[in-house]
Amino acid sequence: MQVPILKQGPYLIATIQSALTDADLEQLRDSIVERVGRHRARGVIIDVTALDVMDSFATGTLADIAHMTRLRGAKTVIVGIQPDVAYTMAHMGLTLEGISAALDLEEGLSQLEAERLPGEARD
Amino acid sequence: MREMEASLETMPAIENTTVRLRELVAHLRQTRTQLREEWLRRIFEARLLTAMTREELFAEATLVYDSYVEALETRTLEALQAYAQKLSERIIPRGVETHEVVGIVLLLRDVLARSLFAKYHTDKRVLDAVLDAYEPAANSIAITVAVGFVRERERIIREQQEAIRELSTPVLQVRERLLILPIIGLIDPQRSRQVTEQLLRGIRANRAKVVVIDITGVAAMDANVANHLVLTVESARLLGARVIVTGLSPEIAQTLVNIGVDLGKMNTVGDLQGGIEEAERVLGYKVVQLSEGVAA
Repeated sequence: MQVPILKQGPYLIATIQSALTDADLEQLRDSIVERVGRHRARGVIIDVTALDVMDSFATGTLADIAHMTRLRGAKTVIVGIQPDVAYTMAHMGLTLEGISAALDLEEGLSQLEAERLPGEARD
Repeated sequence: MREMEASLETMPAIENTTVRLRELVAHLRQTRTQLREEWLRRIFEARLLTAMTREELFAEATLVYDSYVEALETRTLEALQAYAQKLSERIIPRGVETHEVVGIVLLLRDVLARSLFAKYHTDKRVLDAVLDAYEPAANSIAITVAVGFVRERERIIREQQEAIRELSTPVLQVRERLLILPIIGLIDPQRSRQVTEQLLRGIRANRAKVVVIDITGVAAMDANVANHLVLTVESARLLGARVIVTGLSPEIAQTLVNIGVDLGKMNTVGDLQGGIEEAERVLGYKVVQLSEGVAA
């Protein structure tokens, strides 16, 4: 299952549409990290609205993506975690420490916008 | 009559009981008015069901009496169970206590037993046989009514607890994207789970960015509940909302320190006012007093 990665201005948006295997997740990680450099992206949004389960591997991979993109100059925001999923994750100690989360795509984008440096080019 | 009694002895025991009960029911039907009066008199004497008027008590007593005799006759308890439940629904809101309900059923049992005794006391053998048939049936009727009453009361208590829980954890929006969640009273694990659910749903529904959980009204919490509070804060963060906890009592602060909570994760402010001010700052609001106001 390929995850589409769309470019929107200086940001990349990856929308996960169904449950992913571990291999799919690794592929998602590799392509996002590669494309951050290629498009000179300032931010990455990963939309997990469609996921009703997040296991430790998925959470770990999302954290890896966030840290790797940070090193390559882009901030990652995870958006659309469902309330039940959030509760289960917190219960399992998978709290995505130090990584931004937002309610949905719109919130995620405005969070990235808010961090844009004054005078930074729009595209 | 004599001959019939004699022939009964040769019958199997169950057959015997059935016949006895039938005879008994006929007797109770015949003397209905008289026994009911006697029973009512004893209810008044014992000062039971004082919440009801004389007329209501009379009507209710008639129904109980008839159901009682019917249960003896059919030897099934379903109809009586249904009646006991309806009766409980009617009288519980009026403050009737368990001992009153059990009391009147036991009084009726005694009144009927006395009447059987009066009728059959000349022949001890027959009296024994009648009582053998009557006692188990009467006892199971008493149990059915008492259990029905208690069950109904428990159901009402459960419903009320549920209602109190619902009422006691409102999630309120005080500004665009700012929710407050005042928690008052005792928090048990079930309620804390419910608080979390309502909060997470509230964050989604109101698109909240900041939530102030005020626990001024919570005197103490155990380590489990405190851990749950931390989980709630973390879950909310995963939905993109920041949680500010206000009004921690010294005891709760102690508990949180004891469970070794990571204060980097928990944003706490002394009181609700401070919490709302902090939330406004995070959201970029600035509250300005336009004039001196009426207080000055």
